[in-house]
Amino acid sequence: MKQLMDSRAIDDALAKIGSQIIGNHPQLEELALLGIRNKGLELARRICAKINLQAGKELPVGVIDTSLYRDDVNMASRRPVLCGTDVPVAVDHKRIILVDDVLYTGRTIRAALDAITDLGRPMSIHLAVLIDRGHRELPIHADYIGMTISTTRQESVRVLFKKDPAQDEVVLLQEPELLKW
Amino acid sequence: MVESITLKRKDLLGMEDLGAEEIYHILDTAESLKEISTRQIKKVPTLRGKTIINLFFEPSTRTRTSFEIAGKRLSADVINISGSGSSVSKGESLQDTAKNLQAMSPDIIVLRHSVPGTSHLLARLLPCSIINAGDGAHEHPTQALLDLLTIREKKQRIEGLNVAIVGDISHSRVARSNIWGLTKLGAHVTVVGPPTLIPAEIEKLGVEVSYNLPEVIPQADVIMMLRIQLERQEKGLFPSLREYSRLFGLSRTKLVNARPDVLIMHPGPTNRGIEIEPEVADGPYAVILDQVTNGVAVRMALMYLLLGGKAE
Repeated sequence: MKQLMDSRAIDDALAKIGSQIIGNHPQLEELALLGIRNKGLELARRICAKINLQAGKELPVGVIDTSLYRDDVNMASRRPVLCGTDVPVAVDHKRIILVDDVLYTGRTIRAALDAITDLGRPMSIHLAVLIDRGHRELPIHADYIGMTISTTRQESVRVLFKKDPAQDEVVLLQEPELLKW
Repeated sequence: MVESITLKRKDLLGMEDLGAEEIYHILDTAESLKEISTRQIKKVPTLRGKTIINLFFEPSTRTRTSFEIAGKRLSADVINISGSGSSVSKGESLQDTAKNLQAMSPDIIVLRHSVPGTSHLLARLLPCSIINAGDGAHEHPTQALLDLLTIREKKQRIEGLNVAIVGDISHSRVARSNIWGLTKLGAHVTVVGPPTLIPAEIEKLGVEVSYNLPEVIPQADVIMMLRIQLERQEKGLFPSLREYSRLFGLSRTKLVNARPDVLIMHPGPTNRGIEIEPEVADGPYAVILDQVTNGVAVRMALMYLLLGGKAE
């Protein structure tokens, strides 16, 4: 197991993403942050706090559950518990920042895009991720990236939120280590 | 992230063989699927390309429509077949009908039939999933699940609640499925009705028996009224509808001693003025229409859980 980011690095990356979002959107009230369950939601909340700190504006935060939109419903034998989508604002005429922890094949993002367009027609959807680890299987890219790393498909990247946020970290696992998870 | 067990079964035949954990898993899934029905676009693509056949040999509006809407909101193709107007009225046996339907590769058959055990028969016979939508006086599991969802939603719990099930217990599949479901989740169930409509030895299912509705009402957190099947009177199981209604009908007068937060439920269709007074059915304690709304969510959950998790 190799540490890629400690809590300080995560915090800095989120602050950077927050200020980039502010810089790109003079009209902050058009924005809404939607996190993909479950880690994307936590990251969306933290980015929201960074934006609030820097620009004094509290953006709406919602959560997207992609389970119902996955392209592997028939293949997965174990799936996460369905927790539901909860978006507190109408997405029509909003500029959406979609937030997830790790960008890999792009399939989760594809499912999330479908989930959002079923809720309405936003003006735009941009993607923010903490880690981009490559190996895309779909034409999807992130607009805000905390850290880009190159990985092999045998590796796995995990964002770990601990009880004590000062212990939060991002780690890289090799295949044999995955069995322990 | 919590990994889930998908339902480890091909079919949903009754509450009797479900475990408490499975019941809660279905209720939790239903709860999160409810939101879809409140959207402007009430549809998700989850079961695209799946085929669901509603095979109904008994009349039904609510249940059949509910299954149809549930399937369609998940993007499955739903086909309805009713007993009359099908080859069944030409004398085809249930087995033959089922095998012919199977030849068209459905993923789920939802079956309602007047004979107990017919769903179990199809489940053994066919590789597709079977959902029991009522088999005679045996079971109606999706009704019990939607009742459990409604109770949990309104009371935030099921364990420890006092639930009275009132009416024709003998002929009611709704009562039987609810008894199994409620007792498994730790509720205290009392069945209430005239002795002729309460089966002997029903106590063995873990319920209490009462022949006196006014005595039961003050302790009840939930009062579940059953439809009185009018043809039962002709068989002499009770003297008159008027007497039944006076003794076992739910009226405002009887509810005077009820808890202020009592829930009144009815699986429908209601016989207004017989087992339930119109003012009670439309009153503040009644959650009859919430039950209908939750019915769609519960059936969506079952379709999702039965089809979603199967390895190919």
